[in-house]
Amino acid sequence: MTDKLPPLIAADDPVDDEDDDIFSSTIDDLSSLRNEELYASAAIVPPPLTNISLNDEPSTVESHVPLYDTKEEQPEPSNEVVSNGFEAEINLKENDTITTTKEIDQVEEIPNVSINDKNIENSYIKISISETTKVGEGMSSYVAYRIVTRTNLPMFKSNNLAVLRRFSDFLGLHNKLTEKYLRNGRLIPPAPQKNMLGSTRIKISGNQSDQTTSAEFIEKRRLALERFLKRIALHPILRNDKNFCEFLEQDCELPKATSTSALSGAGVMRLFNKVGETVNKITYKMDENEPWFEEKEVQIENLDLQLRNLHGAVESLVINRKELAHSSGSFAKSAAVLSNCEEHTGLSRALSQLADVFEKVESVRTEQANTDFSIFCELLKDYIGLIGAVKNVFHERVKVYQNMQHAQMILTKKRDQKTKLELTGRLDKVGTVTNEVTEWEAKLSRCQDEFDQISKTIKVEFEQFEINRIKEFKTVISSYLEEMINHQTQIIKHWQAFIPEAKAIA
Amino acid sequence: MLSDEFDVEDNNSQSDLLNEDLMTEGSNSENVDLSDNSLQVVISDALSEKDRVKFTVLSKTTLPDFQKSEFSVVRQHEEFIWLHDQFEENEDYAGFIIPPAPPRPDFDSSREKLQKLGEGEGTMTKEEFMKMKKELEAEYLATFKKTVAMHEMFLSRLAQHPVFRYDTNFRVFLEYDQDLAVRTKNKKELFEEIMKSLSKTTDEYLLSATVRDVNDFFEQEKNFLIDYYGHLKDATMKSDKMVNKHKDVADSYIKISSCLVQLSTFDHRELDWFLNRFSETLEKLRKVEGRVASDEDLKLSDTLRYYVGDSFAAKRLLYRRLRCLANYETANRNLEKARAKNKDVHAAQEVYDAEATQQLSCEKFEVMSDKGKEELIDFKARRVSTFNKNLLELAEWEIKHAQHQIDILKTSLEMINSEEKKSTLNVELARSYHGSNCFNLFMSMNLNNLFVSFN
Repeated sequence: MTDKLPPLIAADDPVDDEDDDIFSSTIDDLSSLRNEELYASAAIVPPPLTNISLNDEPSTVESHVPLYDTKEEQPEPSNEVVSNGFEAEINLKENDTITTTKEIDQVEEIPNVSINDKNIENSYIKISISETTKVGEGMSSYVAYRIVTRTNLPMFKSNNLAVLRRFSDFLGLHNKLTEKYLRNGRLIPPAPQKNMLGSTRIKISGNQSDQTTSAEFIEKRRLALERFLKRIALHPILRNDKNFCEFLEQDCELPKATSTSALSGAGVMRLFNKVGETVNKITYKMDENEPWFEEKEVQIENLDLQLRNLHGAVESLVINRKELAHSSGSFAKSAAVLSNCEEHTGLSRALSQLADVFEKVESVRTEQANTDFSIFCELLKDYIGLIGAVKNVFHERVKVYQNMQHAQMILTKKRDQKTKLELTGRLDKVGTVTNEVTEWEAKLSRCQDEFDQISKTIKVEFEQFEINRIKEFKTVISSYLEEMINHQTQIIKHWQAFIPEAKAIA
Repeated sequence: MLSDEFDVEDNNSQSDLLNEDLMTEGSNSENVDLSDNSLQVVISDALSEKDRVKFTVLSKTTLPDFQKSEFSVVRQHEEFIWLHDQFEENEDYAGFIIPPAPPRPDFDSSREKLQKLGEGEGTMTKEEFMKMKKELEAEYLATFKKTVAMHEMFLSRLAQHPVFRYDTNFRVFLEYDQDLAVRTKNKKELFEEIMKSLSKTTDEYLLSATVRDVNDFFEQEKNFLIDYYGHLKDATMKSDKMVNKHKDVADSYIKISSCLVQLSTFDHRELDWFLNRFSETLEKLRKVEGRVASDEDLKLSDTLRYYVGDSFAAKRLLYRRLRCLANYETANRNLEKARAKNKDVHAAQEVYDAEATQQLSCEKFEVMSDKGKEELIDFKARRVSTFNKNLLELAEWEIKHAQHQIDILKTSLEMINSEEKKSTLNVELARSYHGSNCFNLFMSMNLNNLFVSFN
């Protein structure tokens, strides 16, 4: 997949690097210096977004001094919402504006695809998960995935990288990326689902049949993880993320991502947050003023529904096909038994050949079921996940909008207060309230900036998502059709071998 | 819903094929009278009325026993069963394999599916519903045609048989143009029948355990048929299951392709065309898969199924022969007893009677053994040639269908690829458009920034 990077993304490379620098200047310092603390705290502390409203409530109560101010159009930027580290507010604020322009630069690059084509050919990143190994025994055991990367991107130390990672590391990577980029409106490819049942089964797998099912499970997961990494690598900004590089490069174990475990405290917190967000999503309806978003939201909803339907249909195909394969196999066995007891030698021979053919057909049909699943069904599943990510991003924008509304509301309140105070002549308190008003104006403006920025980023991201999606659907479906041709060719081969046998009966 | 009337004469190719198969098989089966067309029986028409099916049986003959050379009657399934039972019960035919009775017309599964479909109407799209309905109708029609063919097969085997075709009951069945007033068995009779078959089975076991067959050929045949019957039955079941699953696979294509069409209506204009093509391809593939399933059904399952019936008939023949042998042995014993008892009395009536019985059963047994041997050899030849023909055809059809699928897939891939080339151009265009759009955004954004900094 990575070797077929659409020109669009790769063309952005040079610009993205700058872009990334700006980001990393604040974030990476933090992350490299106080990596663990930061993530530990980030995992437990609810998102700052919700904090704001809580924190700011008291301040409105405190201030009684009315001030005279009607200028509503000049909000000042407020940034604590965006930043990862609360300390770096101001820094980030400036960065943000620059990022915006940079990003537009990047978008501007798009038409010049052809010029940058050489660049694409020269830079590549190929990621594959080559093998899996089970580490340890019993309940504490886990499966390690060997990730092999071949790249010439400048931020990697070497062209060939190989590391061992476990499933929770992937989830950890996803969490880190989400924390960093979701708020900016980036589409982060979803990590594969946790599956307690499957992973537990691997841990305690004893007999033969268990081992084959768990091998299947690991194989499916391996493919899903590979696609996850490839999707990140396809993204011009996520690709250059420090955490991602670290993930691919660092030859030692990553700090254990505790927050990913479903049973940990962080997991519970996450659950609470999720519930809160869902409630928020259901209850809050923002009055959309951009038709683009309105349209896309409807489109995404429909797409989600249709993809889910399709996924269900394909799943039932897979099940039916598997059963067909199974029943072909059992017919083959019956035919073999029948051939044993048939007294006419020619017919007996033909029947045993028939059993043979059906055995082969069984394996073809099993293969078909696997193709249906791994090519077609998984594609749909991935895209259901990705559409979930798109929805998240859209929701992120709504949250920013909510913040903005909130800032707007408080600002109006402050101004009212100010006017009231001025009218009543309590000039001693006017000063503080004026300060507060300017503070909130700044905040509102920052919110607005942020909102504009996230809207813009989302648009860019979404366009890219659509382009990738169309491309991927086309290639995947084409290869699916090709696979089908393959299978039919095999079936022809098997039956052709049978014809002389059938002729030889009489 | 389903039209309850089918005209067999407008059969499509499939059923014609089927009829042909069975006809030729019938003629193969009797190598004695292969060229003898003195009595030809076909079912020219069949009508489905609620629960019962009415078959129009058309006969053409040159035999002098019949009043006319061409005549037709309307018969129902029950009358076929009656005819079969008459043959089965006639002792004169004990030495023959009686052609297995045709199976009862069974549309229950189709009806059930149709009902389910009606219930599920709300959950699927109209198109999907129509397709499913059409599929079901086709299935119903296929079952119907198969039933007709089975009945015809039964009659033509009787008509071809050198002995059976002179049977009075058979002639009545073909000629008497009134209702035969055969009713289905009532409960008492059914119960009696069950008891009878039960006692027959126990008798069969008892006989096979007690009576030693003197003839190796029959002993072997008996062992073979018992095994063979069981395995055939098993194989038939498995192959039925396989065919059903295959149909399910074909049906799930319907759902997928309709989902794809729906998706395409909501999706990006670029994918729209593509998804529609894909859905069309799947739709075509579904039809082929359906054909594969029905051909497997026709060539494989039905062949097996028919021979389940035939080998059962052969088994019954062996049983009857064994019964006859047992009678013969009893007669022998009786004779000996009579002789021992009447040693002193000369030429007693008892001995004379016993001698006569012994003579009779001996003769009967001899005749039966000879006939039976012929019939069994014939059964084998018939079986081998049918399997030969049907398996060959199965392989040919499988190859043909797979080839057809490949062709469909290849054409659609080609179409997709050629469209792809065209659309890449469009994408470029769209992108440049998109780029300029963003540029505008950028401009306005800059202005905005300026505005902010100015303030």
